[in-house]
Amino acid sequence: MNPAFFSVGLDVNPQTLDPGSTAWMLAASALVLLMTPGLAFFYGGLVRMKSVLNIMMMSFGAMGVVAVVWALWGYGLAFGPDTLGGFIGDPFANFGLNGLATVIGGKAPGLPDMVFIGFQATFAIITVALISGAVAERVRFGPWLLFAGLWVTIVYAPIAHWVWGGGLFGSTGIIGSKISALDFAGGTVVHMNAGMAGLMLAVVLGKRLGFMKDPNIRPHNLPFVMLGAGLLWFGWFGFNAGSELAADGIAALAWTNTLLATSAALLGWLLIERLRDGHATSLGAASGAVAGLVAITPACGFVDPVGAILIGVLAGAVCALAIGLKFKIGLDDSLDVVAVHFVGGLWGTLSLGFFAVPSSKTEGGLLYGGGLTQFWPQILTALIVTVWTAVMTTLIGLAIHKTVGMRVKEHEELAGIDITEHAETAYELAMVGGTFHPGDQSGKTPPTSSGEQEASVNGKTGRIRSKATT
Amino acid sequence: MKLVTAIVRPERIDEVRESLEGFGINGMTVSQANGYGQQRGHVEVYRGAEYSSDLLPKIRVEVLATDDLVDGIVAAIISGASTGQFGDGKIWTVEVSQAVRVRTGERGASAIS
Repeated sequence: MNPAFFSVGLDVNPQTLDPGSTAWMLAASALVLLMTPGLAFFYGGLVRMKSVLNIMMMSFGAMGVVAVVWALWGYGLAFGPDTLGGFIGDPFANFGLNGLATVIGGKAPGLPDMVFIGFQATFAIITVALISGAVAERVRFGPWLLFAGLWVTIVYAPIAHWVWGGGLFGSTGIIGSKISALDFAGGTVVHMNAGMAGLMLAVVLGKRLGFMKDPNIRPHNLPFVMLGAGLLWFGWFGFNAGSELAADGIAALAWTNTLLATSAALLGWLLIERLRDGHATSLGAASGAVAGLVAITPACGFVDPVGAILIGVLAGAVCALAIGLKFKIGLDDSLDVVAVHFVGGLWGTLSLGFFAVPSSKTEGGLLYGGGLTQFWPQILTALIVTVWTAVMTTLIGLAIHKTVGMRVKEHEELAGIDITEHAETAYELAMVGGTFHPGDQSGKTPPTSSGEQEASVNGKTGRIRSKATT
Repeated sequence: MKLVTAIVRPERIDEVRESLEGFGINGMTVSQANGYGQQRGHVEVYRGAEYSSDLLPKIRVEVLATDDLVDGIVAAIISGASTGQFGDGKIWTVEVSQAVRVRTGERGASAIS
C-alpha cells in the first residue's frame, strides 16, 4: 500500500487547491450519487407490486459492484494512461487508486484527483443502473451483479476513455485528431450507451410473460415515479453542471440549461399525450422531465438557453412518440429505457450539430453559422459508441445467460421476483396466517409436520387470542 | 329477518350511512368490493398504451333487519346512494334463518335490534 494513503490531507498544497471548485465538486458528486436511489424509485414505481424491491435492488446492487470495480481497475481503464493506441487506459498504473490519494490537479485544475475519481464513479454507477429498466421483472439478482461488473469493465470504461479519457476521440486520439465531437456530460457515454445496452439485453433475455397481453403489466405506484423523477432532476444539476469540473460560468450555464430543457421537455411530452391520448398524465410529466434531462446532457455547456429550450421541447415530443415503437416491434423494453435514454441521448448528441454556440471548442452548429461541420462528428461518434455497446453487451449477456443463467424460471416470474429472489414483499396487504421464526433460533428450519412445528402453528393462534383479551 | 345487501359508489358511502342512521339503523357491515354493471369499467393510459380495467371499486353495505324495516332500509339506501347515473349500484334482500348476538347469546329479532 502506498504510504500516501495514510497521509491524506497532509500533503495538500493550498496554493494549487481550488477550495471553491473542490467544494462544489464534492457536492456535485453527492448529487449524482443520489440519482441512483432516485432512479430506483422511478423504476420502482413503474413495475408491478410484486417486482418493486427487485428493481430497486438492481440499482442498489449497481452501486455496490460498480463503485468497487471502479476503484480497483475501472477508473484506470477509463482515465489511466493510454494503452492499445488509445483504446483503453492502463488499469495497472494506479490499480486500486494506488498513489492517487493526494494528487491535486491531475485531471482538472485545482481539484484533488479523488474528487474527480468519485465524481466519475457516480456516472459509471448510474449508467449500469439505467440498463436494469429494460430488463425489469425477469433477471436473477446474482447474474445481474456479474453483468454489472463485466459491463462496466468491458463496455463503459473503454467508451469513457474514448470520450473523456483522452482516448480515441481525444484531441490526440486516432479519431479525435481528425474530428471533434462534443459531449459535455455524457450523452454518448451514459445515455446512448445505457439505452443500447438495455435494448440488446432485452433481446437476449426475451419478453416478460404476459407482455402485450396482461393488463396488470402497468405502473403500480406513480407517486414513486414522480418522487424518483424529482430526485433525478435534483441530482442531474450535479451531473451536468458538475461536468465542468469547476465552479464557474460554464457550470452556471449548464445548470440553467438543465432547468430549461427539462421544463420544456416536460411540456413537450404532455402536449403529445394530450393530442394523442386525450390526457396529460403524471407519468408523462415525469417521463418528459427525464427525457429532457437526457437530451440536454451532452449539450448543456455548449448551447444557449433558447437552444436548451428547443432541445428540450423536441426531446419530450420525440421520446413520447418513440415509446410506441416497442409494441410495434414486439420488444419488451420494460420501462422504456431505449425510447428515453437511447433516443433522448441520440437527439441530444445530434442536436449539437444544430444548436452548438461558437466557442473555442466548436465553430458552432448549423443554426449558429457553423454549417454541418459539427453535425458529422456527432453522428460518427454516436455510431461508433452504439455499435461497440450493441456488440459487446450482446456477447456479455449471452455469455452469462448461457452459462449461469440470467433469467428467472417461469414459475418464479409468475409468483413475483421479489419473493423468489429476495424472500421479501414490498407491501403487507392483509396477510392471513403464517408462522414466524426468529433468525437466531429456528429461522433456518422450514416448517415440517413434526409435533414441535405443529405446536408453533397452534402457538400463533394462541397469541392472537391472548392479544384480543388483553 | 332479512339481510339487505347494497353495492354502492365509494364516494356515496357517507350519505348512505347518514341516511340509514337517520332511519334509525345503527349497525351495518361495510366492505370493499369490485365489479361492474351497465357502465362497464374504465380505460387507463400509460405512455400511450391503453390498459382496460373491467372491475371498478365499489362499497358493499350489509344490514340485518326485521321484515317490517326492510322497505324503509332499502329506501334509505337509495336516497343516499342515488346520483341518477350509471354505476349507482344494486340492492337485494335475502331471507335469514337465524341471527345470534355473540356477546349475549340473544337470538332472532332481539339479536339485531
